[in-house]
Formats: sequence, C-alpha cells, structure tokens
Amino acid sequence: MPSLGADMTEGTVLEWLVAPGDVVHRGDIVAVVDTTKSAVEVECFDDGVVASLDVDPGTKVPVGTVLAHLTDADGGTAVAGPPAAPDTHAGDAAEPDAAAAPAPAAPPTATRLPHRGGPGRISPLARRLADELGVDLATVHGTGLHGVIRAEDVRAAAASTPATGAASPPVAGHDAPARALDMRRSIAALMTRSNTEIPHYHLALTVDLHRTLEWVRERNLELSLAERLVPAACLLRATALAAREVPELNGHWVEDAFRPAEHVDLGLILSLRSGGLLVPAIAGAEELDAVAMMTRVRDLTRRARGGRLRGSDLDPPSLTVSNLGDQGVESVAGVIYPPQVALVGFGAVSERPWAVDGMLGVRPLVTVTLAADHRATDGAIGSRFLKALDRALQDPASTMEQKER
Amino acid sequence: MTTTLHDPTRPATRATTYREALREAHRDAMQRDDRVFLMGEDVGRYGGSYAVSLGLLEEFGEERVRDTPLSESGFTGAGIGAALGGLRPIVEIMTVNFSLLALDQILNNAATLRHMSGGQVSVPLVIRMTTGGGRQLAAQHSRSLEAYYAHIPGITVLAPATLEDARGMLWPALQDPDPVVIFEHGTLYNLAGELPEEPEPVDIAHAAVRRAGTDVTLIGYGGTVWRALAAADDLAGRGIEAEVLDLRVLRPLDDEAVLGSVARTHRAVVVDEGWRSVGIAAEVSARIAEGALYELDAPVERVCGVEVPVPYPKHLEDAALPQVADVVAAARRAVGDYA
Repeated sequence: MPSLGADMTEGTVLEWLVAPGDVVHRGDIVAVVDTTKSAVEVECFDDGVVASLDVDPGTKVPVGTVLAHLTDADGGTAVAGPPAAPDTHAGDAAEPDAAAAPAPAAPPTATRLPHRGGPGRISPLARRLADELGVDLATVHGTGLHGVIRAEDVRAAAASTPATGAASPPVAGHDAPARALDMRRSIAALMTRSNTEIPHYHLALTVDLHRTLEWVRERNLELSLAERLVPAACLLRATALAAREVPELNGHWVEDAFRPAEHVDLGLILSLRSGGLLVPAIAGAEELDAVAMMTRVRDLTRRARGGRLRGSDLDPPSLTVSNLGDQGVESVAGVIYPPQVALVGFGAVSERPWAVDGMLGVRPLVTVTLAADHRATDGAIGSRFLKALDRALQDPASTMEQKER
Repeated sequence: MTTTLHDPTRPATRATTYREALREAHRDAMQRDDRVFLMGEDVGRYGGSYAVSLGLLEEFGEERVRDTPLSESGFTGAGIGAALGGLRPIVEIMTVNFSLLALDQILNNAATLRHMSGGQVSVPLVIRMTTGGGRQLAAQHSRSLEAYYAHIPGITVLAPATLEDARGMLWPALQDPDPVVIFEHGTLYNLAGELPEEPEPVDIAHAAVRRAGTDVTLIGYGGTVWRALAAADDLAGRGIEAEVLDLRVLRPLDDEAVLGSVARTHRAVVVDEGWRSVGIAAEVSARIAEGALYELDAPVERVCGVEVPVPYPKHLEDAALPQVADVVAAARRAVGDYA
C-alpha cells in the first residue's frame, strides 16, 4: 500500500485493474485505493508479470502492506513487489508495527535543567506534610534523587511527632490514641534505623558528685527560689563542656562522614506524661553556665509538657542527653538519635559506698554512660569524653560558672 | 489509533474519523445557521488540504464554501470583515506555519477591535488551522506555534484532541462573540473511533481528564494527548498510575483543572510539541509553580519539541518531537522510579 498523502496511514483497495498473469509496466494503473480523502489510482513502479494479488478489494490495510507480487516478464525470479511507494516515502509508509518501533535509545529531548537533588533537599510537599504532621525533617531518611526527602519519606517516618520531633499541634480528627500510636511508630522507625545503621559502642564511668552537690547547695543559698539549681543542670553543663573539649562526639554522621557541629546543641529527652518522647534542644549549651542552663531547662520542660514548644526548640541537636536518674535506674545504655554520633546517659544520683583515700566512704554517685557511633569515633575518644565530663564535675567552682572554662 | 474515550455502553454509535467529525461539524453548523460560511485555500473544489471540507462545496454552493487565493493576510482580513458585517465565517488556514502571514490581522485587528471600538463591535470569527509534526513534512509544515496565539488576549484558542471535540467544538466556537482559533493536529485526521449518533455538546472552557491516575499528571493537548495516553499505558505496566489531562483550551487555560490534578498526584509532566522556551509547557509549569508549589513532590518535568526546525528524515523528526518513551522517562523521573 503506497503512501498517497502525507497524512495517510492506511488505505482500502477498492478495485484491482489487473489480474494474475497480466504483463504490467512501470507507470501502469494497476489498482484503485480509497485513502479516506478520495479514490486514487495506483501506479505500478516495476515491470513484470502479476504473480498474485494479495489484498482483496474492500480490505483496509496499513501503508506499507504488500498488495501484490510480480515476477520477471520472462517468468524468472519473483520480483519483490507490489506497486510500491517510492523510496522517498518509505519512512511515511509505516509498517503495521512501525508505530511501536523503539524510540532512539537516548531520546534527545530539549535541554532540561538538572534537578539539584541531594541530602538536605526537601520537596515542597514533603516540607508541608512534615509541618502538618509534626515530623522533624532531620530525622527523615530521603529516598528521592540523591537523597531528596519526598512526601512518602515523611509519611514513612511518621504521621506525627517522632522522638526528636516537634510537638505536633492537635490535628483535627486526630484523636489522642491515634496520636500516641503515630508517635510510637515514629519512635519505632527512628530507633530501628539507629540500631540498624549505627554500630554502637558503650562506655560507662561512675562519677563522684559530692563536690558538685556541695557547690549546688552553696550556690542555691544565693539564688532566688525561682532560680535554684538542681544537680541535673550541672550534669548538662559538664556534658556541654566535655563536648567542647572532645568535638569528635558533637555533630552528625552525614554522607559517610562526620560533620562536627559548630555549637553544642544539647538534645534533652523528655518523656511525656501522655506517653512517648520529645527531644527539644538547648542551642549553644556550651555558652551557658549552670544557672543559665537551669533556666533554659526549666523553660524548655515547661513548654514541652505544655505542648507549646517553639520552632527553635526543635532545631536538631548535635548531642543528646538521656537522664533517667529520676526513674531510679543506675545506668543508661543509650540508643543514638541519627544522624548524631553519641548519646550521653545519666543514671540516678544515689549514695553508695565509695573508696576515698584508702577508706570506704559513702558518696553521692552517678553512673555516666556514653553510647557512641563507632563509624565516627573509637573507644579512646569516648573515654576522653567521659573523663572530661568527670573532671568538670570535680571542680564545680571553676567549671560551673560561665567565666571559667 | 482508535478512541475509547466515550462510554462504550452508550447505544447508537457509529464509526467515524477525526476528519469526518470535523466535516460533520461544518455541515451541522452551516445547516443550523445560514450566516456560517467557510473560506480558505483549496477548501472548495479540492475538498480541503486535509479533506475536511470534501463535498461541502457541492452541498452548500460557492457562496458558502469559498476558495481563496494564496493570501493568508487577505482572506483572514476578509473573514474579519465578514464577521464585523454580521456573518459567522470559518477561515481555514492550511497550516500554522502559513498563519504567520495572517498574524497581523488576527492580533492587531481580530483580537483588538472590540477594545479599539470601545466595545461597539465584535469579531465572531473562527479560524481553523493544522499544526504539528510527525508526518515527514519538514520544517515548512510541521511547526507547533500554538503558543503564539495563546499569548494573545482577546481570543480563545482550542486544541481538539478527540473525535468528540472535533465534532463538538466548532459550534460553541461560532457562538463566541470574539475570535476563536482552533488547532487541529495533523496526525489526528485519520484518528478512527466511534461517535454517538446524536453527538453531545461539548464546552470550550474546560480541560478534561482523559485517564484518571494517582501518581503523576501527564498534561498534553492535541496530538500529545495520545502520546500521553500511550505513556500512561506503559507506566501502568510499571506500577505507576498516571493521570492524563487534556488541556483542550489553550487560552484561557483551565487553571483549576491543572492545579486540581497536581494536587491529587503531586507530580506533573507537561508534554508539548512546541519549543520548550517560552511556550505552552512553560506557561503551564509556571502556573503550577504559582498555584501548587506546596503540592509538588518533585520538580515539574517538561517534554517538548527540540529547539530546531523540524527535520525531514524520519529518525531525525522522531528525535525532534516528544515521543512516548520521552514521556515515560520523564514520568519515571518525577515519581522517583530510577530502576
């Protein structure tokens, strides 16, 4: 079937003007074809004898279909060939399956601006969803191009506040049990990721707190009721100082490398009365002396328990502290919050037997533990950190006030 | 190609083609309103370059089916005059390439006279023209310049992609008191399918979802609608449910339909045979960015004509125009299917 017009893709044989055995010459009219625009006479493009007519009148066939076969006039070999479309139309004469022919391997579309994907890139929808659902994007693992965080990643991370996440505003139609379930799932996802990805090592050190508690008692005599210190403020202060001294533990593991944080942004794990956790951060904790730390902790705890955390409270921490002392346990074997590389645990401060100057005494002790990411640091660095923390607690007069360091 | 967009349970349908549907629309309009007439190059004795008007000269006579000289500016201007004088002209321009000769008439007169006359006159003119490539007609006959017209305030620009729209858009276009330009993609004339015996009226204001989906919206018009539908079939085999939105109306764009679909799927691929820069796809993308940024889960993808004159050799022409494989690739990028 020849192409008899640029837009012709198929045609109907209306009539054959030759029969098998007829001698035909190039240019002879051999058939009439309906192109849907009109009936067109089809010319033969070769000389020969008609061997067979292969398409019956009334049949519609695609352009390129063989209509008839010719043989040489002397009865020799068969000539390929029906009235054929001229070669210049060959491209037009789509074979039945030509439409399905593969496209060029690398379709040369017009230039496309590159997508600037990568870790830290977040799709607008993902950002909006995270905001609506109270998901902390720092805890979300991006699965898009080069790590772009997309909506499904946010949904996978959680529908509500993850362990390090925001206090989710009450969502309409989202009742408390559902919220609790969402939070549980978020914590599950995050902790599973931590335990799956992070090779933890754990160190512990028991620290004598009698000097610190003594200092706290004396300091509290000078402070107003509202400002009074609890020992936990000193533990946090000491942690911040140790993190400054051992910066290898203060930061994030991103793209197979450790990125130290500029400041010590101390995450504080708060368990909620309704269940679940929040981890607000005390930004720039290394700049806070014990009194300032206390003020911040008090504010933060009040806001967190009241469900009114500020956005800045939820900036991702660089190091997190889990203080389970008030729960009465002796020590904490922590699980790190990715992408941080360490978690500091405090057990209960309790009076226990303790050898001092060759004598058995009773001292207020606390077991400080460090869970650290073995990808980022080794045990020696973790040990330095715990020793630095201990030192800070042994010399409260010089370490707990801001001017001293 | 066959269309399957109508309800298969509907009784009393008949086989037809896009070309015949257009012809029927002309016949119907000329029967309903004796102010309607057709003019253009070869529309009469020859039956139209694409045979749309075949037989209409014999049926309606030389007064109402008028062959014109090869003078796009002249006969489009005559059409504007006839419209001003109270007639309802349909001007056929052979291809959009040649319509540029009439652009002065269309832009400076047809689209502007209502404004210039302080609302005293209107130009109820319909201009039809062929657009697009894919037929090895090379650079002289293959351009997609819809964007040139969609840029002009004061006119409506339509792109019928289906038999229903080929049959249905002409009459409402003729009812419009202002100029309407209708783009017929050259590869669609042979599109075959079924139409109801009694065709239902269509509007010329809204886009239409041709296939519902949840994962990505493929936005096309005219000839690219079918490539988007073919791509959607392919994508379905990969577990990606694509929605196909047929813009239908290029001016004014149906923002609600575009933004609504993107709000459902959160990803968009705009398919446009026109050149990528400053074109229909660019406009649609910009509106998505303006109106649905916070719905987007991936950058908007554009699959457009390569910015060259359309080549003649088939392999080069294929490479220059948006192909199904290009649309599939773009949609997979959008949904993050990098396998």
